Amino acid sequence: MKICVLVKEVPDAAVEKRIDPSTGRLDRTGEKNLNPFDTHAIEAAMQIKEGGAVDVDEVVAVTMGPESAVRALHKAVSLGADRSVHLTDEALAGSDVAATGYALAQTLAAEQPDLVLLGQQSDDGECYTIGAVVADHLQMPSLTQVIKIDVSDGNLRCERQAEYGYDTVDIELPAVISVGDAINEPRYPSLKAIMGAKKKPLDTKATGDVEIDVAMVGGDGSQVACGNFHDPPQKEAGQIIEDEDTAETVEKIVAWLDERKLI
Amino acid sequence: MSNILVYVLHYEGEFNKNSLGAVSEAAKLASELGGEAHAIVVGDDGLTDEFLAGLGKYGATKVFRAKAPEGLAQPVVDAMAKVIDDNGHSYALFGGGLLGFEIGAGLAARKKAGVTMEVTEVKVDNGELVASRPILQDSMISESRYTGDLGVIIGRLNAFEVAERNGASATVEDVDVELSPFSTKAKMVQRGEQRGADVNIEDADVLIAGGRGLGKPEGFEQLDELAAAFGGAVAATRAVVDAGWFPYAGQIGQTGKTVAPKLYLAAGISGAIQHKVGMQNSENIVAINKDSNAPIFEFSDLGIVGDLNKIVPKLTEAVKAKKGS
Repeated sequence: MKICVLVKEVPDAAVEKRIDPSTGRLDRTGEKNLNPFDTHAIEAAMQIKEGGAVDVDEVVAVTMGPESAVRALHKAVSLGADRSVHLTDEALAGSDVAATGYALAQTLAAEQPDLVLLGQQSDDGECYTIGAVVADHLQMPSLTQVIKIDVSDGNLRCERQAEYGYDTVDIELPAVISVGDAINEPRYPSLKAIMGAKKKPLDTKATGDVEIDVAMVGGDGSQVACGNFHDPPQKEAGQIIEDEDTAETVEKIVAWLDERKLI
Repeated sequence: MSNILVYVLHYEGEFNKNSLGAVSEAAKLASELGGEAHAIVVGDDGLTDEFLAGLGKYGATKVFRAKAPEGLAQPVVDAMAKVIDDNGHSYALFGGGLLGFEIGAGLAARKKAGVTMEVTEVKVDNGELVASRPILQDSMISESRYTGDLGVIIGRLNAFEVAERNGASATVEDVDVELSPFSTKAKMVQRGEQRGADVNIEDADVLIAGGRGLGKPEGFEQLDELAAAFGGAVAATRAVVDAGWFPYAGQIGQTGKTVAPKLYLAAGISGAIQHKVGMQNSENIVAINKDSNAPIFEFSDLGIVGDLNKIVPKLTEAVKAKKGS
């Protein structure tokens, strides 16, 4: 069995994010990191590989992004992936969700995975949807926000929380599964794994290598244009208390509640 | 002519509230566009003409009925793609909820359409729909405009208000859907399992909610005591419900309940968007978190940066004393 894990490089959580007014795209300069939600997908792949219920031949990390995205792949490999694939091409810049999903699907199709795993959302785009786009292009069954996966021969039993409670769903492989952050506690990479990550095989692909129709990607291939970025209606900032003396803090809270007749 | 197709989710004989909001919103927008709002409902023989025609009350003029498995996205994508191919809808609209994200994204892939998610407002401009969504942890608003034949709009939870428009009933039309081979490879084994006790959080004036910052399941004991002092109830985030620390019936947010109590006190909750959408209309929001950068402080009326294990017990005593006086 072959597992591909989709990963993404995102601005570090501590970095202030902004839209570049000249391009209308997210300013992605500054410190970057592997999308924290993706570490759960890699961990899920490792647990399947180590679980012994099925034989996993390899775990492959796949990303799309500029040259710097290689660091996200190195991180993924340090967490256990055997090798990685980097789709990078000027023609992809400015792709919307649908175009990105198409490009990733073409890259995955060349790998012919039995299972594609990804995180429930990216830390920057907040879209939750790339898995469903990829699955439709690959013509594979799909489920998102999965918090438990049991693998048997050619089949997955998945659990997730949906609108009306917990659903249990059986899915035939090959399939695309996005995992929720409750599925596991990702491991930390060992120093040895971090040092060795750059030595693992990394394939760099351009659009032509995986038969991507360039008319369907990039800004021109996208069917939605974002613009007119503006501030949300301002809510009056709340009062903040730093707890230094807890008795005093509690006194302040009680006075605040009392003033509003909440006690 | 610009018609809008709305996916309407139903469960145990009732339409989903967010879906009804989306129908109401579509009816309003369609009237401005000079088109019609249509709905599509997917399910088994339980979908009677009478039940479906009831969507007319919210402004749908036509309801498409497709016989296909419920609760999974891909059969619905097949059905919606077929209806749009046959009828040429210009937009597909979804209320907030997990399935809407999956169906909307699948439909965008299938129809090569633009898609915008977490939409909080839709307006008509120049005969087209423009969808606004908050981005970057709600610090900015972005507007989407669509090119191409179809635009997909996925609402944020509770973004669209349910509004009854007129007394007319909708016509019901059956759709013959041939499911894609991969759409039948996922099968629902069990749907809507309620994990944990049945707790009531929707009627409480005061809610004390706990998140991962409690550290362990026993952390809820001190919240029980604080809630009892207020005469309120205890609620939780998705993270701790998934971890098995608290019953699903007491969960706030995207796949849980939406509440608006007089007082919402969040203990050890970071304030992810999926949680915020379920409680942001509370009258007063108080947050206790040791991380001063936690997003919840952005939308709290009173924020306390500190250790909840120190503050909550003392607060409980103080509230009891105040009530006793």
